[in-house]
Amino acid sequence: MARITASVYTSHVPAIGAAIDLGKTAEPYWAPLFRGYEFSKQWMKDHKPDVIFLVYNDHATAFSLEMIPTFAIGTAAEFQPADEGYGPRPVPKVIGHPELASHIAQSVIQDDFDLTIVNKMDVDHGLTVPLNLMCGSPAAWPCPVIPFAVNVVQYPVPSGRRCFMLGQAIRRAIESYDEPLNVHIWGTGGMSHQLQGPRAGLINKEWDNRFLDRLIADPDELSRVPHIEYVREAGSEGIELVMWLIARGAMADVDGGAKPKVVHRFFHVPASNTAVGHLILENP
Amino acid sequence: MSLQKPYLDVPGTTIFDAEQSRKGYHLNQFCMSLMKAENRARFKAGERAYLDEWAMSEEQKQAVLARDLNWCIRLGGNIYFLAKIGATDGKSFQQMAGSMTGMSEEEYRDMMMKGGRSAEGNRVLGEDGDAQAHRQPQGAAGRKA
Repeated sequence: MARITASVYTSHVPAIGAAIDLGKTAEPYWAPLFRGYEFSKQWMKDHKPDVIFLVYNDHATAFSLEMIPTFAIGTAAEFQPADEGYGPRPVPKVIGHPELASHIAQSVIQDDFDLTIVNKMDVDHGLTVPLNLMCGSPAAWPCPVIPFAVNVVQYPVPSGRRCFMLGQAIRRAIESYDEPLNVHIWGTGGMSHQLQGPRAGLINKEWDNRFLDRLIADPDELSRVPHIEYVREAGSEGIELVMWLIARGAMADVDGGAKPKVVHRFFHVPASNTAVGHLILENP
Repeated sequence: MSLQKPYLDVPGTTIFDAEQSRKGYHLNQFCMSLMKAENRARFKAGERAYLDEWAMSEEQKQAVLARDLNWCIRLGGNIYFLAKIGATDGKSFQQMAGSMTGMSEEEYRDMMMKGGRSAEGNRVLGEDGDAQAHRQPQGAAGRKA
């Protein structure tokens, strides 16, 4: 039986990808941020998963306004890094896990979550920046990745509650897969940031840290926070944080198991326009 | 019965909802086309002619030519789509975001280095934070005005 052993949470700021691609990670502006992921890179080596289920959002890359799926699961054998307007990032292609992805799609849809199944899509910085932060810049990513894209571009995005419950369905799906795979689930995006209008540049450290506290200790309560609180307190793009609740919903304690162990927590301001938050939780 | 839109009283913020998306469909799809290198080259070689290939309003075209992102957003643009114009111009996301505040690039970068814009006074219309309408434009543009 497959098992979720850990969840990882991290921001996925495009400028972090640019800093990696342009060799700027040791510069004074970026060094403190990358130091916060040193532990994580070692942890990834010590706890290498068989598959990463990676929750992220597409930033008008694979999905234009032609189609706007709320939840899209990538079932392809591989996914190319997208050209987001600057040319494709020089990172390895992403190898999928079609067997597990299709199994999850079938299970989760039968569990009342209407996923869109995607057999062809390019993946943008939302997916590749977290891989760099956790794995560095290898010639090939350490394991297959199932991309799971959530619409947070066009309002209304799914509620925190819906995301939290979806995470629980994903856990049931993974645990009903026969092969004994070690699976990580990652929630990415956030933390507080606003990229538009005269309010651009909004950061709310207090709210972000309270979000981290609540995500660890009381995700059920956190999942009831309405969209408007994210917008007012964490900026219009801070709404990406609902995606973290998918990963958190997939942890064992939500279904009566033991509490997860917090093995790493990091917070840093700024990365370009954004507050960066990062957590690693292990299932006991 | 009208739709619930509890986000209309957030200062300096336009939520990209179904109505904005409908207004901005052609503008945003034009932006999307700039994800291909050959289209970026064609746009740069003749912006007006390239824009005329799209079913955008004249005002949307003017807003793009002026690179006025706040104006584009009022006309239904979404920042993730508009970012393709900035990418075509070789601008970073920070330069694009800063351009909507009136601050110079340096002023905006300094604000971020100091921990960003505070939510205080900027949660609801009618407070006195720096994102409120009566305090625009901010920074360098505000001093010139």
